[in-house]
Amino acid sequence: MDGGQELSARRGTGSAPPSLTRVRTRRSVGEQAVKVLLAGAAVLSVLTTIGIVVTLITEASKFFGEIPLGDFFLGTDWAPLAGGESQSFGVVPLIWSTLYLTLIALIVAVPLGLGVGIYLAEYASPRVRRIFKPIVELLAGIPTIVFGYFALTFCTPLLKDVGIDLQVFNGLAGGIILGILVLPTIASVSEDAMSAVPQSLREGAFGLGAAKWQVVVRVVFPAALSGIVAALVLGASRAIGETVVILVASGNNPNLTFDLTVAHQNMAAFIANVARADVSAGSVAYATIFAVGATLFAMTFLLNLVAIRFVRKYRQVYE
Amino acid sequence: MKLHRFSTVAVVCGALACGVTACGNDDEEEGTAGASSGAAVSEDLSGSIRIDGSSTVRPLAEAAVELFAAEAPKVDVSVGGVGTGDGFEKFCRGELQIADASRAIEKDEFDACKKQNITPVEVQVGIDGLSVVAHKDLAIPKDCITTAQLKKLLDPKSKIANYKQLGAGFPDQKVSFFTPGTESGTYDYFTEAVLETDAEQRTQDVQTSADDNQIVTGIEGTEGALGYVGFAFADSQKDKLKILAVDGGEGCVKPEIATIADGSYKPLSRPLFMYPNTETIKKPDVKAFIRYILDNNEKIVTAADYVPLTDELLRQARANLDAATPAEAPAS
Amino acid sequence: MAVAETAITRKVVQRASSGARTKDLLFRAALLLCLFIAVLFLGVLIVDVAIDGVPLITPEFLTNFPSRLFPEQSGIRPALIGTLYLMVLCAAFIVPIGVAAAVYLEEYADPNRWYNRLIEVNIQNLASVPSVVYGILGLAFIVRGPVDILGLGEGSPTLLAGALTLGLLVLPVVIIVSREAIRAVPPSIREGALALGATKWQTIWKMVLPGALAGIATGVILALSRAIGETAPLILVGAIAFRLTSPTLDGQFSALPIAIFEAAGEPRPEFQILAAGAIVVLLAVLLLMNAAAIYLRNRYEQKW
Repeated sequence: MDGGQELSARRGTGSAPPSLTRVRTRRSVGEQAVKVLLAGAAVLSVLTTIGIVVTLITEASKFFGEIPLGDFFLGTDWAPLAGGESQSFGVVPLIWSTLYLTLIALIVAVPLGLGVGIYLAEYASPRVRRIFKPIVELLAGIPTIVFGYFALTFCTPLLKDVGIDLQVFNGLAGGIILGILVLPTIASVSEDAMSAVPQSLREGAFGLGAAKWQVVVRVVFPAALSGIVAALVLGASRAIGETVVILVASGNNPNLTFDLTVAHQNMAAFIANVARADVSAGSVAYATIFAVGATLFAMTFLLNLVAIRFVRKYRQVYE
Repeated sequence: MKLHRFSTVAVVCGALACGVTACGNDDEEEGTAGASSGAAVSEDLSGSIRIDGSSTVRPLAEAAVELFAAEAPKVDVSVGGVGTGDGFEKFCRGELQIADASRAIEKDEFDACKKQNITPVEVQVGIDGLSVVAHKDLAIPKDCITTAQLKKLLDPKSKIANYKQLGAGFPDQKVSFFTPGTESGTYDYFTEAVLETDAEQRTQDVQTSADDNQIVTGIEGTEGALGYVGFAFADSQKDKLKILAVDGGEGCVKPEIATIADGSYKPLSRPLFMYPNTETIKKPDVKAFIRYILDNNEKIVTAADYVPLTDELLRQARANLDAATPAEAPAS
Repeated sequence: MAVAETAITRKVVQRASSGARTKDLLFRAALLLCLFIAVLFLGVLIVDVAIDGVPLITPEFLTNFPSRLFPEQSGIRPALIGTLYLMVLCAAFIVPIGVAAAVYLEEYADPNRWYNRLIEVNIQNLASVPSVVYGILGLAFIVRGPVDILGLGEGSPTLLAGALTLGLLVLPVVIIVSREAIRAVPPSIREGALALGATKWQTIWKMVLPGALAGIATGVILALSRAIGETAPLILVGAIAFRLTSPTLDGQFSALPIAIFEAAGEPRPEFQILAAGAIVVLLAVLLLMNAAAIYLRNRYEQKW
């Protein structure tokens, strides 16, 4: 009966008296072995994180052994793959392009995503929600390479036809499509957050004579704010780390400019591009993969911590 | 109850896995079907060849693989395009049976191979006319550019921001360049032949790519763009971009099969190589494959949109192959 | 609650006038517009890809090897087989490990212990790490050493390396979904078994897991559909080569996302269009998988 004691201690059902002593049987040893095995599987996830961190840190430190931190983080001349004296490792343009593309993506994704989220949470009838929520999920399930192909072969020509003078590899198409990619994340997390707001708040407001839009904007939205912030942060994190859309549609160079008609490259696309060129394993150029990778990991990790904090907050208030 | 369904699911999954494996397993026997000296291309020939290196040579290798597969379907050949330099690195580590190269092997690469007891054998398989291409609307006078002007544009110290700075007649257009990167033999060749630098090139306003397709797409779609790629990539898109004639000191010459073959397209006519090593060349599959390329040189190379070997070069290549002549150590 | 109440009393006591009603309609229209744009986008994407891609789908397209010389003969066979292989190998990795980890966290782990909380937080964080970082992990650890898990020595990218990298990427998803499925099994089931003398493990194996099976299977299928749609980790691990034979476990491989990626970069339109065909095939595979997940969920879902 050794299982029973553990169970009731955890679930508090009190079906077995707590003073039951454990009997060491042969089965108990097997049980311990199983527990260890299962724990091992769970620990693998920790090992993965350790693996990522160790890889990034050890290889990045090799990089920073040769390139001073200041040159990297403050330099504005980014040419890590150039030959001879032209080679330069100032990462500012790359970080700029990454953040700028993310900004464009959020400009697209935040209004649209929130609009969809609010509509599905507050206005849609159950039937409408049954149809459209899966459609939004469908958008989330489309592989990113499809978005990249679409950006290059449909979006850029379309924008050119409309009259915008774009280069074939440009930041505008990449940024817009990145926004569409991130839209479902913002929509579903904000919809969750707003659905979690208790009906009593809404009813109270209606009872006082408020119009529907006032209830939504002035009552529900602020009440769900922490969840909505989580949605935005998660969306931003997703946009910062996206690789193939930018790789296919936005070119091979970051650019320290506001101009969206030229090429822009983000950190993730840079990493993939260098790996594709298969730079020789020992060189400084190869090590840039890890220096940039470490920077990217740090940025998304921090963003995710912030997002998880906000998610916890809105879940706590109503549970 | 549930277990019954569970085991059904498990059996179905197992069957699916078996099916996929059966589908996927296409002859991987590592074996030598032919006699050691015979390099006959026969249906029984089997083996596994890994080729990597120059992205310029890649279309040629791929065309060869496709046509070769019709005659020797059991030989498994894979072709990559990481770049001549990186290809040699892999080759000298023993990871490849054949290295593709759009330039001759250099001294430090040769030494690295020697350290691993690998002796390359140089076999020329085709000729390329490294092409200077520009956006369709870029109005270069007479569609001809001199090597001096190219040097002015792409020199590492170049500060030219607009084509009109090259002189009268050049358009008022901001510069924008698309070129291969440092892993590329094309880059090495261009920087040496035109820029006369040691593999160094301008970085300002230049987008580099290891993917020749990306270079071509970039130039096609960007006003004011200019760059250089292997002839096959330029020629296949000739209606969408402008292939410039190059004046290497003896007049403007456009890259065409004839001018590349007889060398009048200067200085950018260059040989394309495949490097087996003295060990791999003994394998029947490798030898048969390279021999196939030489025996069907015109068909394969033309299909790949490059220039076939002249009779003299073909004779030399065949000799190298048959005798497994070790490549000469480069001077520098 | 006080904040909300103040908000209501102070700001919101405007009677529903006709002006407010117009605002209501405008607001609703704006939201609807957002939904419309999102759906429109999805529609345009699918239609555009379908117009180009569907005409290409012939039995030859699925069974032919790629061709660099004759676009009309080019097929996606190695890519399709590579993707299927990746799916099977990935599943073989994530199912035992993911379910085992979920079982541990739900059934055995004391949530008050710091190390168990660490594992939980860790899994949540891993779920949002960019896929390219997993690719770096795969490249540095699995393909190139120092650990060189598969002992390949030459540092060659293989199906196993690709499957492992993708498996690590989606493992957090499997764990999270399996935990929810296990959690949904009511305690009474467990208590009943224990009361009859079963050990903890017997209870889990014979009562809890079969009860959670539908949820777990759905989660695994969803995780796999995420895995086979990923491109960045495969690029990092090195999955690009032109090859006229089908992938093997220890050779270079291709996969549908990689085939799409390469075709998308082709300047020659007759070759670029092949990307659309491959996309249609990939979407069809994903659709099948999701349909299977929905079917499983509806058919086998336990109503406790």
